[in-house]
Amino acid sequence: MTKPESFITNGIRIDGRKPEEIRPITIEVGVLDRADGSCYIEHGLNKVLAAVYGPREVHPRHMQKPTTAIVRFRYNMASFSVEERKRPGPDRRSVEVSKVSREALEPVIFTEYFPKSSIDVFVEVLQADAGTRTVGINAASVALADAGIPMRGLVSACAVGKVDGELVLDLMKEEDNYGEADMPLAMTQTGEITLLQMDGNLTPEEFEKAIEMAQEGCKRIYEIQRNALIERYKRDIETEEEPLETPEEEPVEVETVVENEAEEETSEEVESE
Amino acid sequence: MSEKQRIVIPGDLVSRDPARRGDGTYVRDGSLYASLYGLVNEREKIRVVPLSGKYVPTRRDVVVGFVKEVTFSNWIVDIGSPYEGLLHVSEYPRRIELDEMSAHLGIGEAVLVEVKEVDPMMKVELTMRDRRLRVIRSGRIVEISPSKVPRLIGHGGSMISLIKGASDCSIVVGQNGRVWINGKGC
Repeated sequence: MTKPESFITNGIRIDGRKPEEIRPITIEVGVLDRADGSCYIEHGLNKVLAAVYGPREVHPRHMQKPTTAIVRFRYNMASFSVEERKRPGPDRRSVEVSKVSREALEPVIFTEYFPKSSIDVFVEVLQADAGTRTVGINAASVALADAGIPMRGLVSACAVGKVDGELVLDLMKEEDNYGEADMPLAMTQTGEITLLQMDGNLTPEEFEKAIEMAQEGCKRIYEIQRNALIERYKRDIETEEEPLETPEEEPVEVETVVENEAEEETSEEVESE
Repeated sequence: MSEKQRIVIPGDLVSRDPARRGDGTYVRDGSLYASLYGLVNEREKIRVVPLSGKYVPTRRDVVVGFVKEVTFSNWIVDIGSPYEGLLHVSEYPRRIELDEMSAHLGIGEAVLVEVKEVDPMMKVELTMRDRRLRVIRSGRIVEISPSKVPRLIGHGGSMISLIKGASDCSIVVGQNGRVWINGKGC
């Protein structure tokens, strides 16, 4: 990969986008059978898979908190996710990304509902093309909802950067590698910022503008996340003959008891001998 | 109840009236929002019925558990939730000696138990002191998602009694999504 001559020609970026345009996103919900919640996102050329397990028992035991659930987040890049083979396993960068991503999601989860348990999030980057931490957060947030974990709302994340002295939304690989700045941002749907990082340089004015652009991007991504979740069950619900019942009634088992009563005595006797 | 069910995701506005707060919702700035991904159920209270999720034990729930461990005076029971259940010897239907505990109820055996008490630390105490509760030694146990339990039971037990009638089996639905089916063929 070499540095392009110019990043923007006549207001169009090298992949044909406008400066404030995000890459196309497709989201699939519930792709993994064994996970409690899962999500697969293709964001431009990024391919990211997220799995959520829990709430479940904490191992090792000493990590558990007596009043809340703990959230653990593992961000991992596959060795084949980048052009030059990445040495597998956690490294300085992935530990950092895991930490900031966890902190981006934690404020929206009602951890106090599940004391002494853990909610484990795994994000695997299968193909990377800049902005994988934001894609990871988007995927994880959808997977958490899919796992039935109570949350205040979804978290959406998006990056802004500067190339050729101009602010652009959602950097792609070339722009990220040879650009002047990269600023990922995550926010809740109410607009509270839960992640903000920056490398490179922006003037205070550019920074203000960049935050606004990223928030716009997050709003668009939120709509896509929302649609993915709604569409997943919409078809099922529409074809359903009987509407879903929610019972006020308590154990129906009582009648079973009567059926089995005679049997119980005998079985107990056998057992005591 | 025949109008189309509304699917909500966490953070969706469900009502302007916080007094109608039911399960699966929370109050922010005087309005009611969904905290779960599920379907809205509007009665006096507005609830969000989740589409998935783990079983959280509540008092008086009847559940099917598997014995995980036998300790000095307790059986530790896996009740299919993030928290394990404790069944004390004194909660066994009959008086038994401490050293005979595993002879009556050993590791790996299934039990039909009731949740006696859940404290804020999520210590779950179980009991078998009820006629309908027992060690499960026949039939089979099927696992379903705990969020689907209300649908298996049906409105007023309509679904479960239909299945019972048609299959000529006794079926006990544990609130934790484990279903004990016992029939003549088993």
